[in-house]
Amino acid sequence: MKLGIDIGSTTAKVVLMDGDQVLYQKYQRHMSKVRQTTLEMLRAMADQVPVAEASVIVSGSAGMGMAEAAGLRFVQEVYATKEVVTRLAPDTGAVIELGGEDAKVIFFAGGLDERMNGTCAGGTGAFIDQMAVLLEMTVDEMDAASLQAERLYPIASRCGVFAKSDIQPLLNQGASKSDIAASIFQAVVNQTLTGLIQGRRIRGKVLFLGGPLYHCAGLRKRFYETMKLTEDTASCPEYALYAVAMGAAMNAEARDRIAWDELIHKVEDSARREAGRTDRLPPLFDSEEEYQAFCRRHARASVPSRDIGTYEGKAWLGIDCGSTTTKLVLLGEDRSILWSWYGSNRGNPVSLVKEQLETLYGLCGRRIAICGSSVTGYGEDLIRHAFHVDEGVVETIAHYTAARHFQPDVDFILDIGGQDIKCFRIRGGAIDSIMLNEACSSGCGSFIETFAKAMGYTVEEFAALGLKADAPVDLGSRCTVFMNSSVKQAQKNGATVEDISAGLSVSVVKNALYKVIRAVSPQELGEHIVVQGGTFHNDAVLRAFEKELGADVVRPVIAGLMGAYGAALHIMHSQKSTLLGPAALAAFTHTSSSTVCKGCANRCHLTVNRFADGERFISGNQCQRGLGLKDVQELPDLHAWKRDYLNGLQPVPGPRGKIGIPMALVIYEQAPLWHALFTALGFEVHFSRQSNRATYEKGQYTIPSDTVCYPAKLMHGHVMELLEDGIDTIFYPELTYNVDEGVSSNHYNCPVVAYYGELLGGNMEELESVRFLHPPLGLDSQRELTATLLPCLRQLDGTITRGQVKKAVAAGFAAYEQYKAALRREGEAALAWAREHGKRIMLLAGRPYHIDPEIGHSIDKLASSLGFVVVSEDSVCHLAPVQYVKVLDQWTFHARLYRAAAYAAAHGDVQLVQLVSFGCGVDAITTDEVRSILECSGKYYTQIKIDEITNLGAVRIRLRSLLGALEEREREHAG
Amino acid sequence: MQDKSFVPFTEDMIKDYTILVPNMLPMHFKLMMRIFETYGYHMELLQSSGHNIAETGLKYTHNDTCYPAILVVGQMMDALMSGRYDPHKTALIMFQTGGGCRASNYISLIRKALVKAGMEYVPVISFSLAGLEKHPGFRVTVGKLHRLMYAVLYGDLLMDLVDQTRPYELTAGQAERTAEEWIRRLGDELGTSRHVDYRKVRENYRRIVDDFAAIPADRSQRKPKVGIVGEIFVKYSPLGNNDLERFLIREGAETVVPGFLDFCLFTVYNDIMDHTLYGRGHVRYLAEKAAFRFLCRKRREMNGALTAGGLFAGVTPFEEVVEMADEVISRAVKMGEGWLLTAEMVELSRSGCKNIVCTQPFGCLPNHICGKGMMVPVKKLCPGSNIVAIDYDAGASRVNQENRLKLMLANAGQ
Repeated sequence: MKLGIDIGSTTAKVVLMDGDQVLYQKYQRHMSKVRQTTLEMLRAMADQVPVAEASVIVSGSAGMGMAEAAGLRFVQEVYATKEVVTRLAPDTGAVIELGGEDAKVIFFAGGLDERMNGTCAGGTGAFIDQMAVLLEMTVDEMDAASLQAERLYPIASRCGVFAKSDIQPLLNQGASKSDIAASIFQAVVNQTLTGLIQGRRIRGKVLFLGGPLYHCAGLRKRFYETMKLTEDTASCPEYALYAVAMGAAMNAEARDRIAWDELIHKVEDSARREAGRTDRLPPLFDSEEEYQAFCRRHARASVPSRDIGTYEGKAWLGIDCGSTTTKLVLLGEDRSILWSWYGSNRGNPVSLVKEQLETLYGLCGRRIAICGSSVTGYGEDLIRHAFHVDEGVVETIAHYTAARHFQPDVDFILDIGGQDIKCFRIRGGAIDSIMLNEACSSGCGSFIETFAKAMGYTVEEFAALGLKADAPVDLGSRCTVFMNSSVKQAQKNGATVEDISAGLSVSVVKNALYKVIRAVSPQELGEHIVVQGGTFHNDAVLRAFEKELGADVVRPVIAGLMGAYGAALHIMHSQKSTLLGPAALAAFTHTSSSTVCKGCANRCHLTVNRFADGERFISGNQCQRGLGLKDVQELPDLHAWKRDYLNGLQPVPGPRGKIGIPMALVIYEQAPLWHALFTALGFEVHFSRQSNRATYEKGQYTIPSDTVCYPAKLMHGHVMELLEDGIDTIFYPELTYNVDEGVSSNHYNCPVVAYYGELLGGNMEELESVRFLHPPLGLDSQRELTATLLPCLRQLDGTITRGQVKKAVAAGFAAYEQYKAALRREGEAALAWAREHGKRIMLLAGRPYHIDPEIGHSIDKLASSLGFVVVSEDSVCHLAPVQYVKVLDQWTFHARLYRAAAYAAAHGDVQLVQLVSFGCGVDAITTDEVRSILECSGKYYTQIKIDEITNLGAVRIRLRSLLGALEEREREHAG
Repeated sequence: MQDKSFVPFTEDMIKDYTILVPNMLPMHFKLMMRIFETYGYHMELLQSSGHNIAETGLKYTHNDTCYPAILVVGQMMDALMSGRYDPHKTALIMFQTGGGCRASNYISLIRKALVKAGMEYVPVISFSLAGLEKHPGFRVTVGKLHRLMYAVLYGDLLMDLVDQTRPYELTAGQAERTAEEWIRRLGDELGTSRHVDYRKVRENYRRIVDDFAAIPADRSQRKPKVGIVGEIFVKYSPLGNNDLERFLIREGAETVVPGFLDFCLFTVYNDIMDHTLYGRGHVRYLAEKAAFRFLCRKRREMNGALTAGGLFAGVTPFEEVVEMADEVISRAVKMGEGWLLTAEMVELSRSGCKNIVCTQPFGCLPNHICGKGMMVPVKKLCPGSNIVAIDYDAGASRVNQENRLKLMLANAGQ
């Protein structure tokens, strides 16, 4: 008899086999009690099928530790899977197996290859569970709903946190849950394809294994449709859940034989020693007295409240429609709270606010007159339009208003909400700097919630357990997605739920402190720190924060209501409200439909919300076009100007045939050069079109490194596009050195920009059948370019002479200089225009390729709609002197950033916003320098991290906060 | 452009300053430090490890910086704040190659961390062949380099011998003890005289190899060979790669780690390429070309001693390694470990070491191209190669890394 034990990240499975026959199989969630669960399962099995001895093999990611402790043989799970497939489905070409936290693809046909997800991966069972929680559905319900879907939304597929920030706005905007459910599954599919398939074609039949694929027909459907599979070319067998355990059993040999009693004894013994080697932290409280003192201290930070049933007079309403929860607060004339409400959005904040307003009107009767209303948060625009709320106030301003009321001397506010962390420093009564978490760590509060639910607790219970932890596990401070694996490891080592709860609280705090604020000491934050946001209701988090800081902080009792409270305070000057009254509310209806905007090439997916009174609210737009607005004033926008200039480089028919150049990475800078150069040589130069989502999808199967930046990933799609257009000569220069602008100590390109051609050549099979030129070139002088380019051109056409190349190179450099001169002129003109018309100027700085609409998400248009004149770094950097920076200034593109920053620092009306691509290693260096250049002159530094995420909501908040802070500051100066 | 806050390491500092050295290649660095002692320097190798190193590093650097930078900064700040050293009598040193990779910014990052900690007066020496900065008290001379080369050669030889002996030794730990003993002896030799006696070097080679050959070992059952390539720091440093070598040994593998001299040769070769490709630096080109030939000869000499007894496997001549790159990647790719990394994968695969771990810090820029980006073509060129890419960073879980390694090992065992 052979026994296979597979302990995955969330479930344990056992399979008992006799030859090829399965005698017993069972699976069970282990709730992190790995060894205990295994023991129970083995005992349960023995009750049904008595076994005297068996050959035992353990497998699975959480099984490693147990196998070691119990002295049983361990077989890696992919290896086990291979065994099963070879025996039971030999015609399989590839296996796609999704587990709790692992995703694997095994190729059988055309050379065995096995791939597992790396450290950064989301599209797995845990991700689906997390998303189901977000939709307030069980996984089964979500699966059923997904089958009814009518359309798919683009959802970031890299990891759970990203996807979440895409899904949340969709929910808030009222998109249908079935569509979202299907889109989530599609994100899992995309993640598998990009992360694991990585350019390799699947030949032969596809076998789907693992829990999520076995249970979710909707997920399989997405796979079938995306990969164009049929019932003949793919299947999900009955043993899909048990494949690893079966494979483990099949691997068992005579040497693994063990008597049953001995096996039980060994597992029992290992369970006793389950407490492991994970690093531990001191407990949150040393004694009960300490805990009591802590409770008493925080109870003091309260707010007066009055009974709404007896109050008469004026009142003001504040609404905070956040990413996961909605809060309402009604204030009386003395700023006391008359009524408040806090609840989960359940995906539809509109109907929720309607319900609450009805309740509120019932309570107010004729005694209370609502004189003003204000809304803040993610759902601000939607709620404002739906209910005719008087004003929308940007979140940061609302929070500061509340905190200031609470603690007049407040100089630092930290707000950890459901999925975002906001911190702002206050200096001289105005918001001085704003720090928001970047897309990669926005797990925060909802992360704890998801974990609590996964372990079968409510957040409150989970937090209470954490307070009692003896030895909290040390989970580090990186992105919350990585914590999944750290928790897995802690579980492997037998950490208790208490220790994990406390550990998660500590890591949320460390994440905020070291990742977002990046503080060295508490003194650096400030003297009067106010913490707020729903997550700080969790006492374990609060305590962990105080311990980490080594100082006491103020947490208002209404920590979760601060946004709404601040919004209400902000509108207290109003005497008459436009808010829908009881009668209008009774007639209120809300429908939403989706459509695609045809205003420009972006083809935004719009959600159109219609309300009973004819009011319409459109979301999902990247610009003002398509909103039905007339006569929007077009402000100068250098990003748009550059895009237009590059679009103007059209093919000129020539005798030497067509040559294709991908419009990506360095080409965004050098397109004029190569266009003129090749045109002069008699080539017809075709650039691929500026990117959109489809460009990415075209090339995603050939991307070998899933952590490379998005601009590089898009490169694959651009090459595919050129090939699809029938172009058989493709050129991308290999440029270790960029153009020397003579202002930095060297003029490198970053490694990715410099050598991406090498990667394309090695990973895109399609390029093997065409001429793909990526010669190492030098741009230091015309002579150097001529010399380095000639051999490669000769290969292309033997009749090309040195003289011709020399002329062409001269033409190329001339065109490049012409472009740069025009760019500088245009930049200066935009600055002059803005000053003449009294407009604010945004210096939207990044790399040349950030103007691509898919990479930059048209943030320039968003800035434009907020009233900024937009200039780019390369259009103004010539106006500032060379900078002395504390780091090695050796990259051409980055040297421009420093000078642009210096220009912004020297001019009061210019605000610099730096665009940073996720995964850009070099920007880890530049951002700090740009920040310090600006902050030395007392300017705000705003950084926006961009990736494949299409949600502009967070960016909008960011830019509006900046605008709000500027206005506030100007008011201070005026007054 | 030199930064205004630059603190030079002056000649006065030589006599009473302690220079802290980050731990990358323990054996090599110990020998190098002994050589520096003959010039009057006091150096100390940082041996600290553990969770709080990364934690301290995260505190003092941008969290998206590469993992090696986080560790080096963490280790240095941890040492400076431990109370064991007088910060006013301490300097830091960092090995630096320069180039388009962001790693050339390590010095700046260390300096920024010092400012953040209020210790901006601590001099940071960049030990570099490219001459990125000038320190009056720390001049890199041809004489010094020549002697340091022997430290590298000895280090590579010992590393290779330990790798080839450890999996088979009958008494656990004997190979490592033998290496330590030799490090001590060689250190004493190098640390007492500035003179290099070629005959003595050759004699040492022979005796080292003999000593290792004499270690009782059972080589009848060959273990699967696993090569380690990757970003220079995480490739070598146990702190950076979670003790990768030890893990592989425990799992029953024989590790093969390409030597440090190869990386030095790679940097020299790139200057030659800069001239060949772009016509840069003619004078330097001639010097580098001579240096390249010289180093290749020294490497061959050492290899001759290694393979003389027929017991130990030698290394492929570097000139051949260079050519192996050509089959998949352009030699113009010089940032980070560049074409060398790709060439090493091909070299390992061809010399019978089909199982390869490619290590890199999470999000390492050059490795997108020459590591992960070249796996498809390398596998195509060398059928049967079994390559696994492992990312290292402060948040990566060891379980995940080990699980992936186990998969590679399971395939290796077939």
